[in-house]
Amino acid sequence: MPATSLTFFVLLSPFIAAALAPLATRLLGHRAAWLLALVPAGIFLHFTRFSADVAGGGTTAEGYDWIPSLGLRFSWLIDGLSLTFALMISGIGTLIVLYAGGYLKGHAQQGRFFAYILLFMGSMLGVVVSDSLFSLFVYWELTSITSFLLIGFEHERTAARRAAFQALVVTGGGGLSLLAGLLMIWNITGIADLSGLLASGETLRSAPLYPVILVLILGGAFTKSAQFPFHFWLPNAMEAPTPVSAYLHSATMVKAGVYLVMRLFPVMGGTVLWETILPLFGGVTLVFGAVLAVRHVDLKMMLAYTTMASLGLLVMLTGLGSERAIDAAVLYLVAHALFKGALFMVAGIIDHETGTRNLTKLAGLARAMPLTFAIAMVAALSMGGLPPFLGFVAKEEIYAALTAGDSALMLACAAAVLGNALMFAVAFAVALKPFVGPVLPSPQRGEGGSKSRMRGTAGSEQVATPPHPPSGHLLPVGEKGEPHDPPVLLWLGPALMALGGLLTALFAPAFHAAISSPMASAVAGETHVIDLLPVPHWSLPLALSLVTIAIGVGFYLVLARIRAGVAKGLDILGWGPDRGFDQAIAGLVRFSVGVTRRLQPGRLDSYMTVTFVLLALVLLVPPAVYGEFARAPLFPAHIPWHELAIILLAVIGLPAVVLAKNRLTAIVSLGIQGFAVAMIFLLYGAPDLAFTQFMVETLSVVILTLVMTRLRLSPSDRRPLSQVLPDAAIAIACGLGMMLFLMKVTEAPFDSSLSDFFERFSKPLAHGGNIVNVIIVDFRGTDTLGEIAVVMVAALSILSLIRVRAGALRRPDDPAETDGGRR
Amino acid sequence: MNSLILRTIAPVLVSLMVLFSIFVLLRGHNEPGGGFIGGLIAVAALSIYGIAFGVGAVRRALRFHPATIAGAGLMLATLSGLVSALFGAPFMTGLWVTPVIFGTEIPLATVMSFDIGVYLVVVGAIGAVALSLEEEEDDA
Amino acid sequence: MEPVFAVLTGLFFAFAVYLMLSKFIIRVLLGVAILGNAVNLLIFINGRLLREVPPVLAAGLDVPAGPVANPLPQALILTAIVISFSFFAFLLVLSWRAYEALGTDNTDRMRLAEPETSPLPPEGY
Repeated sequence: MPATSLTFFVLLSPFIAAALAPLATRLLGHRAAWLLALVPAGIFLHFTRFSADVAGGGTTAEGYDWIPSLGLRFSWLIDGLSLTFALMISGIGTLIVLYAGGYLKGHAQQGRFFAYILLFMGSMLGVVVSDSLFSLFVYWELTSITSFLLIGFEHERTAARRAAFQALVVTGGGGLSLLAGLLMIWNITGIADLSGLLASGETLRSAPLYPVILVLILGGAFTKSAQFPFHFWLPNAMEAPTPVSAYLHSATMVKAGVYLVMRLFPVMGGTVLWETILPLFGGVTLVFGAVLAVRHVDLKMMLAYTTMASLGLLVMLTGLGSERAIDAAVLYLVAHALFKGALFMVAGIIDHETGTRNLTKLAGLARAMPLTFAIAMVAALSMGGLPPFLGFVAKEEIYAALTAGDSALMLACAAAVLGNALMFAVAFAVALKPFVGPVLPSPQRGEGGSKSRMRGTAGSEQVATPPHPPSGHLLPVGEKGEPHDPPVLLWLGPALMALGGLLTALFAPAFHAAISSPMASAVAGETHVIDLLPVPHWSLPLALSLVTIAIGVGFYLVLARIRAGVAKGLDILGWGPDRGFDQAIAGLVRFSVGVTRRLQPGRLDSYMTVTFVLLALVLLVPPAVYGEFARAPLFPAHIPWHELAIILLAVIGLPAVVLAKNRLTAIVSLGIQGFAVAMIFLLYGAPDLAFTQFMVETLSVVILTLVMTRLRLSPSDRRPLSQVLPDAAIAIACGLGMMLFLMKVTEAPFDSSLSDFFERFSKPLAHGGNIVNVIIVDFRGTDTLGEIAVVMVAALSILSLIRVRAGALRRPDDPAETDGGRR
Repeated sequence: MNSLILRTIAPVLVSLMVLFSIFVLLRGHNEPGGGFIGGLIAVAALSIYGIAFGVGAVRRALRFHPATIAGAGLMLATLSGLVSALFGAPFMTGLWVTPVIFGTEIPLATVMSFDIGVYLVVVGAIGAVALSLEEEEDDA
Repeated sequence: MEPVFAVLTGLFFAFAVYLMLSKFIIRVLLGVAILGNAVNLLIFINGRLLREVPPVLAAGLDVPAGPVANPLPQALILTAIVISFSFFAFLLVLSWRAYEALGTDNTDRMRLAEPETSPLPPEGY
């Protein structure tokens, strides 16, 4: 298979696998994970084949035409940046699928879960390799939709539904902002793919609309990457099962925003605006996230907020945009993906084994779960930035970047130290605290399933629904006995990822050559060579690292006190964007109700009035504005007496219908105007129409009589004068408008080309002398087919309406029904 | 309705109207007429018959439920459009054959069967409505 | 003759609209029936008028010998007549059933689908 179509197939494969996942799970149970993990593993292997080329500075841009008339392509771009992301997504994805196989073992909907996570993986992969701006956008929105499905996986719980909805609204809304930005880029540069855009130099930065584009693009990136003040969806998304959290919040979903700013850095970065907005929002998010992280006692919530902080750090570094800052961002991005994914999975294992993720209820698990403890420690050491782990390398580079500039960087540096120290404390709170100390009795006894407790600690609103029993899912192993190390499916993923944080640092030269240098070069748009080793050597960055660790240890020791302090501060503050979201949604609902009630009051006459007023305005206002009324019409001097008689007949019949006091008069008058129309058709060369009209009028009169006799209704109107006058005014305006319109049309010369065609070819082509009939059954036969189908459907509807027993529509409390119905 | 005059005239009138409706249908391609008009005339005939002898008599005379007739008509019309597909022509292309029967050239065409389909739909659909309404009248 | 019929068509529209603005279903129905005729007249007159020469070819002719009435609007109107009749019948039966079920012929009181006091939709998730 040629390389192009192979890559295409590889990009498609997660979606195919998603379609097959439920079936595989039905056949194989949770062991389907081994089979399904082959898909991301295969993707991973496919992308490793590009790494030699990419390491040598090469890029691959391929694809197919999608909508050639619009110049749109379905294309992909593989360079250092997208390759690293693709490897992370597929590599970590493999481990996540395996982990989910163990975590959701026995869950009734495990197959659906596999399908969702594979769909998400395919979308995310598409985001990072898309070359075309529009396939990027489509994939971007697909990640929003699939993450909605994943976060709302346990859709029977209100909190999960709310979190999913919130994520969809925030990230989907950001996606629309992104679309606007991309369209403006396309409009200004005429370029619809990234590879072309990256070669466009200063075009975008010098465009007058650059600030608008930047804000729109960042609207997409910041919502996706949970930057303050759009951060609130991320912690709430912890409602999802742990594999989702581990995947979405370590390497994928939330990194999409970071990917986007990194991707556009060469063409949009480096301006004053860029270097102001990004570090500002990133720095605020960093500090804010780190502070909020210590406020929680739920392991996943703590990790979620540190994720937010890490994203802030990455955005800040990309915003600063110096060579070292970019290098630092690249290193930290990879390090974060590895340790955060591992720690999330460890939190999931602890939950799985003990039934709780509440930090205050966990202690002394090290003896029962030595392997889990080891994995957690390795990951935490990387997160804490200790040598010889990748986290240390990244932190050295971060501090090197932040100390290498002017004093303005001091603030960013202080934010980084504070944030990192807090994250250090959180890392060990998650990875050390549950494992040391005296053994606590297994907390799940007597407290029900893990989920009901999680809600209490998750920080989101209290839900009134009764505690939801873990229906067919999440049977914690611990419930059957004491906590112990989990089966291989559960520990394999975190173990490999934690080890990854160690090995990448130990083999730093190879890692830098294959991954970080090409990626940094791609982000910066110029060649970067990273050669940092995980060996401490005395310098300012190392000093800052030591300071960070010292402060972090301090924070760790007084964690409970900080937590109480932050909680108190938040209580005083009271309001946050999370509650604001609820208020905004409630306001939107009330606003829609108000608008709907105003526009749709449920009264037919008001709908009719609006319709006809508009009709009159459409007919009268434009000609009045543009002075296009018909000229004074040429009324014929002489009208044949029989035509005059017919017109008079119609003119008498019409008001007679309106004024009729009883049924018979109304029906007869209606018949009169109908027969007058039929006579007009007959006189003006339309015998077919005339006969049809005669028949229809006769039948109308017959069925009208049948029904009206039954209704025993008087046709006369009981309108008060206050209603008659406006109604009459509207009616006259409509009639006048139609009359003037018709006069205007008929005074213009007639384009008879269509009629001429039918007249000329009726006989030669269709062998018919009655041109009207030929048009109906031959020239426009398909129309007629549709029309007789409509007649048929109308008749069937009438038949069913007639058959409906009148009582069936009546409400049961209707007295007419209870006392014997018809009499 | 119980009118001796109507009952006496109705059979003659109705059979004439039905014949006339078929005549109008068949001559429609070259003279004024066609499926729509023919169908409506036939419906009128059915209504008169129903008024004279009751809806039950009409239903017995028709043998099929009117909605079935309408469905058959719609099917005939659709098939007439599809015949052209057998000859590789686009949907609804009119096709003609002129077999000689008893020494007379009889032109037959898919447009003709299409028009018959229209006729049947109108007879069936509108006839069904008219009959149902008359029936309710009898109940009341 | 077109201006004369333009005035007549305007009259048809005016009376149809006036009837349809009523609150009572039977009046609305009568209005709908007249509106169908009004629209047919509109199409017919838009195609211009010609007296007494139907668009039918005499035997043996391949094209009309002289000017004939415009066949196109006639074809449009012919199907429109049958369809508007079908819908007229449908509306008629519908309002008859609605009258039987709801016990009123006043559209303002037909509020089964849109009750006067419907509660606010839920604001939860």
